Amino acid sequence: MKNSTRTVNRVTAPVKSVTQRFAYLLLILSAIGVLVIGRVDVASMEQVRMQIVDAVAPILDVIGRPVESFNVGVDRVQDIYTTFEANQKLRQERDQLLHWQALARKLEMENRALKGLLNFKTGPEPRFIAARVVADTGGAFAHSLILNAGERAGIRNGQAAVTGDGLIGRISGVGSRSSRLLLITDLNSRIPIVVESTRTRAVLAGTNAGRPRMIHLPTGAVVAIGDRVVTSGHGGVFPSGLPIGVVTLVMDGVIEVQPYVNRERIEYVRVLDYGLTGIIQSGPDQRTGSNAR
Amino acid sequence: MKPTVWHRMDVLSRQLTPFLLTIFLVLLSAIPFQVPGLARVMPLFSLIVIFHWGVYRAELLPAYAVLVIGFFQDALSGVPMGVHTVVYVLTYSIVLAQQRFFAGKSFYVVWLGFGLVSAGATLLIWGLVSALKGGVVDPRAVASQYALGIGFYPIIAYLFLRWQRAFLQQA
Repeated sequence: MKNSTRTVNRVTAPVKSVTQRFAYLLLILSAIGVLVIGRVDVASMEQVRMQIVDAVAPILDVIGRPVESFNVGVDRVQDIYTTFEANQKLRQERDQLLHWQALARKLEMENRALKGLLNFKTGPEPRFIAARVVADTGGAFAHSLILNAGERAGIRNGQAAVTGDGLIGRISGVGSRSSRLLLITDLNSRIPIVVESTRTRAVLAGTNAGRPRMIHLPTGAVVAIGDRVVTSGHGGVFPSGLPIGVVTLVMDGVIEVQPYVNRERIEYVRVLDYGLTGIIQSGPDQRTGSNAR
Repeated sequence: MKPTVWHRMDVLSRQLTPFLLTIFLVLLSAIPFQVPGLARVMPLFSLIVIFHWGVYRAELLPAYAVLVIGFFQDALSGVPMGVHTVVYVLTYSIVLAQQRFFAGKSFYVVWLGFGLVSAGATLLIWGLVSALKGGVVDPRAVASQYALGIGFYPIIAYLFLRWQRAFLQQA
């Protein structure tokens, strides 16, 4: 009996190890297969990806809530300590803004009158879709957020996403109830921009670091530190004039832009939808958008 | 009949725990904590888990589960699909090949081992993502992510060892 077991073992052990090795090889090959398919058939792989994200987005939403409540609590305590300074600062800002308001009203009237004279047609008004950020993913390798609104809410690929401060990125994947937002700092992000004061056109390219760079500037263009950068609207993907950031570094042909939006503090974003303006009036929708803090 | 069903469920839940725990850690690392800079250097918890189970209890985390974890990490993180899948499966097979070396060694040796293995894995991810995205990914953020992973290793390993002692020895 003992002998026969030993013989069986002697035969099965190498077979077992060969099949195990074969299984490993198969696993490694299928992993490489995923890599290759992801490269060859981008569309269907993205669909699979968004289905997975769709499935876990509600879970992310739930497990992220306590973290959010905690942060809100911490902010409140901090606010108590800074109330006096904040109040002083806000009073100053209010005085400045009142001045700007008067100026803006005057310019608005003037603008309206001039547009009337020229019979100028304004561009379509956007509809806002408010979405909560449920995940901040990718670590050092990809800069993207996951939103808890998707196709059902009217989100489509390529739409621009903004916060109160300015442009944050564009939609790069849509599921039925979630979507992926590619930040302007991601290596794959390319946005047509214009320097506000000089109207110099360029492309803002993400570097996976905090500050994206300006590339493809026309020869002889002069850009200075402190220049404001906004979207140019070229290429027809983004509306023009969305604030992006300020130039903070001009050195040896490298021009870095510090975005207005602070990625870490984003809780809600507004996704701009220009496609449905014909059907939906802009008034009430803008009110919906303002819910997005 | 009832006890056997319960027993089976018990065994199944014990076997599934490492896998489900890893998936949960992947999800947890994606939560926006709103701590400045953290999201950019969030360590790959799944790499820690794969290494840990590969060294101590490989039978609880089969290689195909590692493949699924890698695929899931890819889908969630937004890097080109397949990067983590390939790197995790390769890492796991290297860890398994070195299992005998790690057996009975002190915790510091295993920690050092993790440092080496995760350095290789991080470099490979960096190379693959840079090649597939067509641009060099900022190495500073990657280095910080790696360092943070090394720092987190003892905490996660300690929790898992406690869990192993509490639940697995009864099985």
